[in-house]
Amino acid sequence: MANINTDIISIAGIDYSSRLLVGTGKYKDLEETKNAIEASGAQIVTVAIRRSNIGQNKDEPNLLDVISPDKYTILPNTAGCYDAESAVRTCRLARELMDGHDLVKLEVLGDKKTLFPDIPQTLDAAKQLVEDGFKVMVYTSDDPIMAKRFEDIGCVAVMPLAAPIGSGLGIRNPYNIRTIVENASVPILVDAGVGTASDAAIAMELGCDGVLMNTAIAEARNPVLMASAMKKAIEAGREAYLAGRMPRRAYASASSPIDGQFF
Amino acid sequence: MDLLLNGEPFSVGQTQTITDLIASLDLDGKFAIELNQTIIPRSEYTNTTLHAGDRIEIVEAIGGG
Repeated sequence: MANINTDIISIAGIDYSSRLLVGTGKYKDLEETKNAIEASGAQIVTVAIRRSNIGQNKDEPNLLDVISPDKYTILPNTAGCYDAESAVRTCRLARELMDGHDLVKLEVLGDKKTLFPDIPQTLDAAKQLVEDGFKVMVYTSDDPIMAKRFEDIGCVAVMPLAAPIGSGLGIRNPYNIRTIVENASVPILVDAGVGTASDAAIAMELGCDGVLMNTAIAEARNPVLMASAMKKAIEAGREAYLAGRMPRRAYASASSPIDGQFF
Repeated sequence: MDLLLNGEPFSVGQTQTITDLIASLDLDGKFAIELNQTIIPRSEYTNTTLHAGDRIEIVEAIGGG
């Protein structure tokens, strides 16, 4: 029988008990980042790669001091890249930075307003990265054909958006997400667009293997509490998926027996 | 000698390796370095001499989603 305690997700050959992946952006400070991530129970945590501040904030703690690679799987992203070349360059720098760690989140954006992915550029970058030995978790649109294409070229996980990054609009196209899940033989994670706990639960009820989110936690009024809510929503949605929901009916079906009525 | 460090002009003494540059910057934490768009592995910092006009990028992990 399916048991949530033994229900693991395997990404690039590593088993994780948490199906919630979280970002580290937009928090008030590193203390809040740390507390929210702990409350989320996440084991995979995304980071961005940016220029070091030369000669500034020298005494400020480093993100990796707070989110230790000994404790978490660090997932460097290519956020802000609008072409394959800069995305590949970012991943190579991340691998050097992380002492050869080769799991990356690839995103190549097409447009500043929507932050929708540029699919041809993403495909080009994914091919180069896979060839170069990277384990690529790819952010893509909710297009089932493209999701399969990314799987075919060797991405270790495919991460369709639920709605635009940071929009909090929830699962805009549940039928596409379900189709992507049904066709997949690599983990499918909803990445981006989740706004609140019920959105995360819906993604899991659709059969997604996990959810990656940042803004829904970081921009909540109480990020640490929302992180805890998201943890529960992911678990609840996963259990509901494994349990198998009742069929929908057009009309009522009485819960109390008809037999034995004395009135 | 003038370099371009993280997109900004930066002056250093005449003969410098990447190790010298790092020491002068007082960097801590984890970082990675690109010299003229080529990644320099940590083991090569001591052997890599800088030249005028070199473009150096020093990057680190920060918060992101």
